[in-house]
Amino acid sequence: MNAKGKVFKYGANVDTDVIIPARYLNTADPKELAKHCMEDIDETFVNRVSVGDIIVAGPNFGCGSSREHAPVAIKACGISCVIAPSFARIFYRNAINMGLAIMECKEASEKINDGDEVEVDFGTGLIRDLTQGTEFTANPFPEFIRKIIEADGLVGYIATIAQKA
Amino acid sequence: MSMTMTQKILARHAGLDHVVPGQLIEAKLDLVLGNDVTTPPAIDVFHQTCACGVFDKSKVVIVPDHFTPNKDIKSAEHCMKIRRFAKEQDLLNYYEIGDPKMGVEHVILPENGLVAPGDAIIGADSHTCTYGALGAFATGVGSTDLACAMATGQTWFRVPEAIQFVLNGSLSKGVTGKDLILHIIGMIGVDGALYESMEFTGPGVSTLSMSDRLTICNMAIEAGGKNGIFPVDEQTIEYLKTYAADRYAANDFEVFEADKDASYIRTMVIELSEVPLTVAFPHLPDNTKVLGTFGRVDIDQVVIGSCTNGRLEDLRLAASIFKGQKVKKGVRCIILPGSQRVWLAALKEGLLEVFAESNCVVSAATCGPCLGGHMGILASGERCVSTTNRNFVGRMGHPGSEVYLSGVPVAAASAILGYIAGPDDLRDRAKEAK
Repeated sequence: MNAKGKVFKYGANVDTDVIIPARYLNTADPKELAKHCMEDIDETFVNRVSVGDIIVAGPNFGCGSSREHAPVAIKACGISCVIAPSFARIFYRNAINMGLAIMECKEASEKINDGDEVEVDFGTGLIRDLTQGTEFTANPFPEFIRKIIEADGLVGYIATIAQKA
Repeated sequence: MSMTMTQKILARHAGLDHVVPGQLIEAKLDLVLGNDVTTPPAIDVFHQTCACGVFDKSKVVIVPDHFTPNKDIKSAEHCMKIRRFAKEQDLLNYYEIGDPKMGVEHVILPENGLVAPGDAIIGADSHTCTYGALGAFATGVGSTDLACAMATGQTWFRVPEAIQFVLNGSLSKGVTGKDLILHIIGMIGVDGALYESMEFTGPGVSTLSMSDRLTICNMAIEAGGKNGIFPVDEQTIEYLKTYAADRYAANDFEVFEADKDASYIRTMVIELSEVPLTVAFPHLPDNTKVLGTFGRVDIDQVVIGSCTNGRLEDLRLAASIFKGQKVKKGVRCIILPGSQRVWLAALKEGLLEVFAESNCVVSAATCGPCLGGHMGILASGERCVSTTNRNFVGRMGHPGSEVYLSGVPVAAASAILGYIAGPDDLRDRAKEAK
């Protein structure tokens, strides 16, 4: 399972209030949430993002609120993976449960530039910057986490197990 | 095998003799919490799990507090969804608007006797960590985790490492628990305790009121912490006797103490008397400055309330400063009692009268402006001093507005003077006037 796309680069401590401002939390509809994703730090993001694109950011990505709406909004925009040196713990858990791939890699976070074309291999943890011709390695997810992401989240994963049973 | 307080509570709830940091465990839960923002998506997931019903109707708590009284049609639809779910599941702890036990979730759960020492609690709200003040393990999760926990009464955790904060002495007069936690976040940063427990110990603990401890644990998440926790002492037991009399009488709680040789990844010693009045400037809670070390910052609004500082002690402190004073012309001061119980007590004690006579407006108990929901949204370029917990970009309204976090005394003094100031500045002004 891989991701490939153009990079949107942001700084440290991207919080859940800028990922999806609370004023839009009166809905849980992914399509509605996606319309406002990142708008308080990057008004143009939702118009520029394409399916498969990748967010690369600084440490402590997703800090703040426990809103699951944050990974939902990012995923509904078409983002295929978020790469950062570290993630806030509730966001980390929510991202996996919602089937949004995330990768912890300090070097990739520092060296990849905004707009670069990047490819990620979730099985090996290999991150390739096709624009710069560089490679980085993140710890790959164990198989069960990859299966959760492939199943579009924890609920889908549980459903696939139930079908097999 | 020595353990921290948090590790002991987690081990007990996982049915294990001991646990080590990094270990993944499944733990039984004493309480599972959701609110009007996080519960609606959890209800959908709950139905997808095919659970027949919640694991225990007395242990699933739903509090409509974020956008209530309903701020718009969409919020009303959300609240209708959770109201129906609460009814269908026959939940014993669902708090409707006007219920004498209603209010902001992290203010009412301890007040309503739902939290006791040794409990393991998750809530689909990041400030669930507040309950560590009572010697419980409590942490925030998302809606999917909430849904699965409502169905099963358990969840998985990674056992956290811990940072130990040894508190010595006592806070200077006028300095609050809010100043202490802002001071700590300023020192360690918004990811300074990422994935870790913040365990507060030392002789200074006994000098902090339960209200201060709740405020301090409330903001553990603002340092990235998994939980904040205080040891159980006489004050905790007194609190339990007052608010959770049934559980106290039934001896339905357990006191855990960290082992003397428990291992911490870091120990920080804090002399409480050296903690200054502290303000977190935009746009992160770790962007702290000591009051008096920065130039004049004029303000448009002050908010006093929230799960951080909306308890009766906070309102008493605010009223003691507002008494005989007026909010500066051109500044709006909004006071949000944290619960209906706090609101009523403030009425009976005459605090609401003080606020009204000082030209403050008093709201119903709601999260309201704290997260930019309603009841005091900021326009572009406006500045607000707030006793809430976050000052991210756009947190209280327009992305071009600014939130400055402080304790109650600074917020109240700032409302009166029209710029960020402390009670001493008010006294100085009074002297000059003479």
